[in-house]
Amino acid sequence: MTEKLTRQPFILRNPQVLVVLAVLAVFTVAVTLLSQAYGSGVIPTSTVKVLGKTLCLALAAVAMDLVWGYLGILSLGQMAFFALGGYLIGQWLMYARTESIVAASLAQNPIPPTPAELQEGVANQIFGVVGSADLPLVWSFAHSLPIQLLLVLAVPGLLALVFGWLAFRSRVNGVYLSILTQAMTLALALWLFQNDSGFRGNNGLSGLQNIPGLDGIDQATLSVWFLWASALALALAYVLAAWLVSGKFGSVVRAIRDDETRVRFLGYPVEGFKLVVFTLAAMITAVAGALYYPQAGIINPAELMPIASIYLAVWVAIGGRGRLYGAIIGAVVVSLLSSWFTGGRAPSIHLPGYVVNWVDWWQVALGLSFVLVTLFAPKGIAGIFDRLGGILPPQRHGRDLGPDQGALQEQEAKA
Amino acid sequence: MSALLEVDSISVSFDGFKAINNLSFNIGEAELRAVIGPNGAGKTTFMDIVTGKTRPDAGDVKWGTPPKSLLRMNEAQIAREGVGRKFQRPTVFEDQTVADNLTMALKASRNPFSVLGWRPSAASDDKVADLASEVGLAQQVGRKAGELSHGQKQWLEIGMLLAQEPRLLLVDEPAAGMTLAEREQTTALLVRLAQTRAVVVVEHDMDFVRRLNCKVTVLHQGSVLAEGSLDHVTRNPDVIEVYLGR
Ligand SMILES: Nc1ncnc2c1ncn2[C@@H]1O[C@H](COP(=O)(O)OP(=O)(O)O)[C@@H](O)[C@H]1O
Ligand SMILES: [Mg+2]
Repeated sequence: MTEKLTRQPFILRNPQVLVVLAVLAVFTVAVTLLSQAYGSGVIPTSTVKVLGKTLCLALAAVAMDLVWGYLGILSLGQMAFFALGGYLIGQWLMYARTESIVAASLAQNPIPPTPAELQEGVANQIFGVVGSADLPLVWSFAHSLPIQLLLVLAVPGLLALVFGWLAFRSRVNGVYLSILTQAMTLALALWLFQNDSGFRGNNGLSGLQNIPGLDGIDQATLSVWFLWASALALALAYVLAAWLVSGKFGSVVRAIRDDETRVRFLGYPVEGFKLVVFTLAAMITAVAGALYYPQAGIINPAELMPIASIYLAVWVAIGGRGRLYGAIIGAVVVSLLSSWFTGGRAPSIHLPGYVVNWVDWWQVALGLSFVLVTLFAPKGIAGIFDRLGGILPPQRHGRDLGPDQGALQEQEAKA
Repeated sequence: MSALLEVDSISVSFDGFKAINNLSFNIGEAELRAVIGPNGAGKTTFMDIVTGKTRPDAGDVKWGTPPKSLLRMNEAQIAREGVGRKFQRPTVFEDQTVADNLTMALKASRNPFSVLGWRPSAASDDKVADLASEVGLAQQVGRKAGELSHGQKQWLEIGMLLAQEPRLLLVDEPAAGMTLAEREQTTALLVRLAQTRAVVVVEHDMDFVRRLNCKVTVLHQGSVLAEGSLDHVTRNPDVIEVYLGR
């Protein structure tokens, strides 16, 4: 029986990959055919952007599931990587666009501008709001799209590598590690809030929806292009993640989640495995951010506040930890519901003597459902699919132990 | 006979309490040794030190020829040197199948990138199947380890140890929770293993130790109280007083 199992190709052993790719393809084609740019126009451009952004959030959730659901690290700093990706692509978007505007205005002058004058003009335009006229050092490569794209991967990857190395090496685990990741994103946010950080303080970067060099193309078309790019990134990352967690590597990673001491005694360098997964997840998250913010149009340091990363954890928990498609379902369902309820369009509930206004009460409802899921359905929404697909939980002993103990159940942890 | 492991006057204390007190211990390349002693004698702590889980306050642990110190290595490095350990309570990966557990333990590169590139082969499949039948789990390879009985988990863990092909095997109370038949099977297996490698067995049960028929080290309050054949140590008045007399 085992012989056959190991001989089957990756896709056959993981049919859920095909299902996810098919659903994603159908969704993308459907939205395209209903969009203003390429179809009937039933879906307005703003909604296409919301859907594209949702795919990016789903991508971040897949990475979060790798780190939390499979590796067992409840990282509450994932959105730091997401926002860094956004900032790094935003630098080029803002610089290149400002440069073309400044160049156009300077072209009126009798003498053509020197490159230094051009750069000064750009710096004035971008940093005037924070009372500076110099281009900060961190903007040295902002003129170059290829370099900034490289940095989208390199900077968050390096941050994750250094942070992870320091934390994993000293064997910080569980709640302490979660707090440390939260401190990391908070520190980064507070630094970015300062005017002299070089990233325009609390103004952040804006106008990111305008893509330099594509001035003739309207937002309706661009929004569909970004939807395609986001869907493609999600598809590729999903296949990569599914491959990563399916083989012996995935086996070791899940073993680390459940009993890292035992894995050490098998001779595996636990820290090395954690670093690989954590860094890779950070880079995937950064790509998600780099695709998200051009659709959002604006990024500021508030995006790095720990609450954003906590939401990400809540989505993954509700969708189902340790199931990659669960992460996608959770991110899509909860983030779309969130924007509907907080968007003011959800009808209020009129109780005798009190009106439940969803803008105020949605957070409470979300928090409550998180608690309920943790207590009563630790497998989340994906648990329903497991049951439908006949993947019955094995006859194990005891109750699920909750977010910090991986897949262990009560009596196993005690034994 | 050259020593494979040489533990040289180690001491360790927890909050001022000396759990291991100036303990020395040697074992050769292919030798079976039983370590006995009352509860709290420091048997498990001794294994913790050899496997890198606990750092001694004094002394040295030397390994192989030419001897190198294990104290400068972490748990994973020591395991890769060829020290395998069976814990007192069975620790297998409950959420994964018997085959997955065994595959993880198979001797192969432990580097994350090599593991990423690792593919099952006919040879590795055969090895897993052989190991599973050797420990009586041939019918269970596809089941999750969490579903196994306590005794079967013990066997799975032994199978994982065999898969690692260690040069030194440290076995902590293997007979706990086993039936009489299983105990006999276990002794036979340990004796056979010790023909090609060093095996240290910690055990309470005197009948079990007698069946092992090997040199015995008696531990008491963190030091060696006596060493020799079982008959020799059981005649020792100190041993009778602290251990057998009760
Ligand atoms: N991590 C620890 N912290 C404090 N005391 C410990 C620790 N580990 C072991 N001890 C103590 O050291 C002594 C030896 O324990 P142990 O090696 O487990 O004994 P044995 O395995 O022979 O029963 C016991 O008194 C135990 O309470
Ligand atoms: Mg013990």
